[in-house]
Amino acid sequence: MNEEYITIYINDKKYKVKPDQTIMQAADACGYHIPRLCYHPKLSIEGACRVCIVEVEGQRNYVASCAFPVSDQMRIQTNTPQLRRARRDIIELIIDNHPEDCHTCERDGNCELQRLASSVGIRARHFDGPRKQYEIDLSSTSVIRDPDKCILCGRCVRMCSQIQQVHNLTQAHRGFGTVVMPAYNMPMSESVCTKCGQCINVCPTASFLEKNYTQELFQKLNDPDLVKVVQFAPSVRAAIGEAFGIGAGRNMEGELVAALKKLGFDYVFDTQFSADLTIMEEASEFLERVHNNDKLPMITSCSSAWMKCMEQFYPDLIENISTCKSPMSMQGAMAKSYFAGKIDVEPKKILSVAVMCCTAKKYEAARPELEFNGMRGVDIVVTTREIAWMIKSAGIDFVNIQAEGFDNPIGLSSGAGTIFGVTGGVMEAAIRTAYELSTGQTLVDIEVEGVRGLKGIKEGSITMEGQEIRVAVAHGLGNANKLLDIVRKEPDRYHFVEIMGCPGGCIGGGGQPYPGVNSIPMDENMLAARAEALYSSDRKKTIRRSHENPSIQQIYKDFLGRPLSKKSHELLHTHYKKKLPKGIVPEAAKI
Amino acid sequence: MPKTDTKQDQAKLSELKEFIAKCKEKPNPQSYLIAVLHKAQELYEYLPRDIMDMVAEQMNVPTAHIWGVATFYHYFNLTPPGKYTIQVCLGTACYVKGAGQIMEAIQDELSIETGGVTDDGLFSLQGARCLGACGLAPIIMVNDKIHGDLTPEKVRKVLKDYRKAEKSKAS
Ligand code: FES
Ligand code: FES
Repeated sequence: MNEEYITIYINDKKYKVKPDQTIMQAADACGYHIPRLCYHPKLSIEGACRVCIVEVEGQRNYVASCAFPVSDQMRIQTNTPQLRRARRDIIELIIDNHPEDCHTCERDGNCELQRLASSVGIRARHFDGPRKQYEIDLSSTSVIRDPDKCILCGRCVRMCSQIQQVHNLTQAHRGFGTVVMPAYNMPMSESVCTKCGQCINVCPTASFLEKNYTQELFQKLNDPDLVKVVQFAPSVRAAIGEAFGIGAGRNMEGELVAALKKLGFDYVFDTQFSADLTIMEEASEFLERVHNNDKLPMITSCSSAWMKCMEQFYPDLIENISTCKSPMSMQGAMAKSYFAGKIDVEPKKILSVAVMCCTAKKYEAARPELEFNGMRGVDIVVTTREIAWMIKSAGIDFVNIQAEGFDNPIGLSSGAGTIFGVTGGVMEAAIRTAYELSTGQTLVDIEVEGVRGLKGIKEGSITMEGQEIRVAVAHGLGNANKLLDIVRKEPDRYHFVEIMGCPGGCIGGGGQPYPGVNSIPMDENMLAARAEALYSSDRKKTIRRSHENPSIQQIYKDFLGRPLSKKSHELLHTHYKKKLPKGIVPEAAKI
Repeated sequence: MPKTDTKQDQAKLSELKEFIAKCKEKPNPQSYLIAVLHKAQELYEYLPRDIMDMVAEQMNVPTAHIWGVATFYHYFNLTPPGKYTIQVCLGTACYVKGAGQIMEAIQDELSIETGGVTDDGLFSLQGARCLGACGLAPIIMVNDKIHGDLTPEKVRKVLKDYRKAEKSKAS
């Protein structure tokens, strides 16, 4: 017998498995999916829901398989009639304290609790006890909290504290009165919530949802006085197919353009165009900082959740933050200035909509410091999930739709703009352009491998004009905290730092489609497939550097002048301020 | 920021800060969170929000976590207590003799829930375990004074008497 393996029996069948794992992990490897609820492989083990119980010979009670280690000769039953009954009772008790409104619930058809109930065969409600009743917290521009739907699995709390290290949520009070809420039961809008929406992604029910703007958008799409302009982020095209049952990893760019046209938009533009614009501005800003010995490392500013996080947790780094607005806000500004001029329409007549993989972008769009000429650049932000719902609701056959192209003059993008959606993409895109701007030579090997992949913190370096430029990349706010601690301690270690608020970058955003039946939130294969959708589009493009994008060259010639010009500063740059309440990153969470 | 207007405020705050500083010298300082909150309540009679914020910063514990702890334990008050704290004994002896109805009568008389404070700040209401006066069950304790052998009617009268006494003091 191989010493590294032990023998266990699952439902009387013999298996050789690795020791040092839980029953659930071993059973997964042997092809038995034990039902589960509070467990998530990326989060600490809570053992709270007891849905995952199994029978272990010699144990007096059923054990929670997510928390119980396997041992040699262990005999496990996962599916006896008594066990099935106990498991069903547990889930029935959870459901008993949950509203009976599935058919009017936003997650109908996408709800883990619903799936679980159906998979264990619950066909009626047997227990009739008191049910909790709380008010929905609608205060936030981005994230809605509905405690009535909460089943206290604690995944959001662990997501918020362990992966994002924002520590906004806690389980307050106790027993029947337990509620997931921010400190002091503050409204979400006043809390340290960074609006990243990862609580929504991991919530099995509809206890956390994005603030929904679909009805408002349907209304406005019918307003004949408005010119309806829309943009969508790189990651939206990499994931929207999943909402229609198309496997992860298909780039649905042309299909989405066509669907948006069918929905009633007059012009469909690409956020990737403004990603190229961001690179022009940001690479120039970086080179200027290097030449003028200004504050370094420069830290990227395109992730809106990261911006709110920085203002609360890292106000001391404000001067390090690039003054560039995000691609979404740049695109909005260009739509209401440059483009409005081109079609000779009053900017106020333009309805500027953004489809984003992100919930924090809703918050960003409403930030007063991003306004220009007394206007918001983006009027309405909807997530990938919301637009998928709108497409379905309008009866548009997305699966068989004929692809269409973006509109000009702010619709063309380079491969550099495409990879913005993946962690490391902004850095890679910036290097491609900064190298050429500073050396006058073209960077030949443009795929910067060091900053690719899903490792939490990545480092790389490149030599420009004889100077070594050291860069670092972090995705997910928890990883960002770790990286920024290094930056605080060793301010000279890096020249350029990219931070994305969500795990995987925008592809893992808080507004992306819910996982399907065979997937889980934050699944690495799914994230890798979305990333590959963008990397392969980059490879297929002939123009892969932002400064080579002819539409970018045109807009500087016709309108902006040059990067960092007065006009650029008016429209494309901004500043940030320290925010209260001040967040605390506990020492224990730091390296 | 916690108040530092009066000498008294300053003394309280520095006492709490000293206590925290001592805890921080010990191994595993964060495990003293409950002790620190006890100290804070001892000084302020409840846990004011600015004090919890201060504790969060000093002890490097997120405010959400402090809130979780503060709301979990009944012992901690989250609102300033009323001038008179009513503890309704819900221990076994009192319970079988009708502590439930006593509690309901008080809630009704004062229009507050358990854990609440009346709008005029006069009364706050808490449930308690056996207070050691089972012979007088059912009992309530108002600050340090025990009132025993109660019925819903009697307890309403007790409360009215407190109100009257307050009024005459004021005029
Ligand atoms: S999944 Fe194991 S206890 Fe919840
Ligand atoms: S049970 Fe009430 S005083 Fe003992």
